[in-house]
Amino acid sequence: MNSKELAWNIMRQGVEMTHLSKGSHIGAILSVADIIGVLYSDILNFDPKNPKLPERDRVILSKGHAGAAIYAALAYSGFFPVEELKTHYADGSRLSGHVSHKGIPGVEFSTGSLGHGLSVGAGMALSAKKNNEKHKVFIILGDGECNEGSVWEAALFANHFKLSNLVVIIDHNKMQSLTFCAETIALEPFAVKWKAFGWQVLYIDGHDHDQLKMALTVNPQDSEKPTCVIANTIKGKNISFMENNILWHYRTPQGEEYAAALRELEAIKPCEMHLLEH
Amino acid sequence: MRDAFVRTLIDIAKKDKNVCLITGDLGFGVLKPYWEAVPDQFINAGISEQNMTGVATGMALEGKTVFTYSIGNFPTLRCLEQIRNDAAYHNANVKIICVGGGFCYGALGMSHHATEDLAIMRALPNVTVLAPGDLVEAQAATKAIYEKDGTCYLRLGRGGEKTIHSQLGEFQIGKAIKIINGEKVVLFSTGAIFDEVMEARDLLLKVGINPALYTFPTVKPIDKETIEICSRAYDLIVTVEEHNIIGGFGSAVSEILTETVNNSRLLKLGLNDKYSGIVGSQKYLRNEFGISAKKIFQRVKDSLYE
Repeated sequence: MNSKELAWNIMRQGVEMTHLSKGSHIGAILSVADIIGVLYSDILNFDPKNPKLPERDRVILSKGHAGAAIYAALAYSGFFPVEELKTHYADGSRLSGHVSHKGIPGVEFSTGSLGHGLSVGAGMALSAKKNNEKHKVFIILGDGECNEGSVWEAALFANHFKLSNLVVIIDHNKMQSLTFCAETIALEPFAVKWKAFGWQVLYIDGHDHDQLKMALTVNPQDSEKPTCVIANTIKGKNISFMENNILWHYRTPQGEEYAAALRELEAIKPCEMHLLEH
Repeated sequence: MRDAFVRTLIDIAKKDKNVCLITGDLGFGVLKPYWEAVPDQFINAGISEQNMTGVATGMALEGKTVFTYSIGNFPTLRCLEQIRNDAAYHNANVKIICVGGGFCYGALGMSHHATEDLAIMRALPNVTVLAPGDLVEAQAATKAIYEKDGTCYLRLGRGGEKTIHSQLGEFQIGKAIKIINGEKVVLFSTGAIFDEVMEARDLLLKVGINPALYTFPTVKPIDKETIEICSRAYDLIVTVEEHNIIGGFGSAVSEILTETVNNSRLLKLGLNDKYSGIVGSQKYLRNEFGISAKKIFQRVKDSLYE
């Protein structure tokens, strides 16, 4: 499955999962879907038959509320049946609203409280360096998450210990829980901040798969710096009435809105997938 | 006690290259022997306890055994959620070391009084909680948490604690250590308050009271068996801790007693749900809060004759 197809499946499942569960965070799932689609289709080294493969790349979704996107990516990558995605949020399910590693092959680390993932990733990256292992550690942060002081503690640490095998991808959709980031706690100049903390910064369109592939294959081993990819995204991407609308941080797609969301996604379905169906 | 810990950890780390110590920029003059002996297994994370604990978890999930080191409440309360969500939930081999349990840093003020840590750490699933009573227990506890899988909390004193045990049999996490048998009264001690409890026992002997004495180097899992046996053998159980009486060692003992058929009474000695607004030496503050040898002696005597 190519990155476009995987990203589309993540979006489609995201709508389905938040519909069935009456769950939140479809806006964040749609904004991060292209990033996760590209990661799992083109970038990461992994083996769904051997989830603990020592040389696998590590991924932590630090913005755990978009966990449905990771679950969908793992299911379509062969870690567990796609059918199980329907149990998201359900009584007794292992697929919690915020991403969990318990019993789920392929999930490296459970998150949900913001500001935890980067420190843990830094520990994983440091351990890999000490052991002379060549895999990379990818951490997906939200921009609102960067309000957390612990993110900046970890940013200092990663620079000091020259963690060039650590890649942060920021889903920079410019919105957080109540309103726009700029109206909450100003992040700008965002890229300048990461640069000042000693990181190699790439500023890209987080929905452009070619740009994502290029940014995520930059070999940071050439330098001693950790890499921060600021992926400019749109919250609620590809569903017109959800895009840049804070309502869809929490609102669940039901009724006519659910049907409209599906119609809009169907309209942008990658053409290869239509061909497969015929 | 911290030196006993460091000496023991150096021995462990020399034999196991997967052992690592991360400090939150503390341990001046204490950790030097460690970083000189095993420099590749030492990290100073700077003054950032949340990050220190997250990094430790990440390294532990990659197969290392990581000791986080700081003083007072910094390695616990300051990064409590990282301990809960990151280390404990993932059963990571993170060993949290607190130097300065209780009033060790008495003169430095309330911020440096670690007097709720046992309660808070005890409340976290998957966390084993130890508070050794002397240098011998500290050494044994360090080895024990290294050998135990999962997240552990080790509450140490500071410096100047005594060697009280002349010898220690087999040290087991979750097992109390009997110091001596007695009559009617049994004293249970956890942590570095052990020396005050020993002295209190001597004072009690002089007035004809002959208490039994146990130390509990492990607060969680608590030694249920010893508590049950003592609850049937003695009329009065006295718990002593340099800690709030809510949620800590005394509470752990009371949780067992309430589920046990017995005739004993429980007297919990510790801070009575207070912060200390005054400062002073550890000795001074222990006396102020009723856990010096003399105060323990007085309160046990009063309780017996109530």
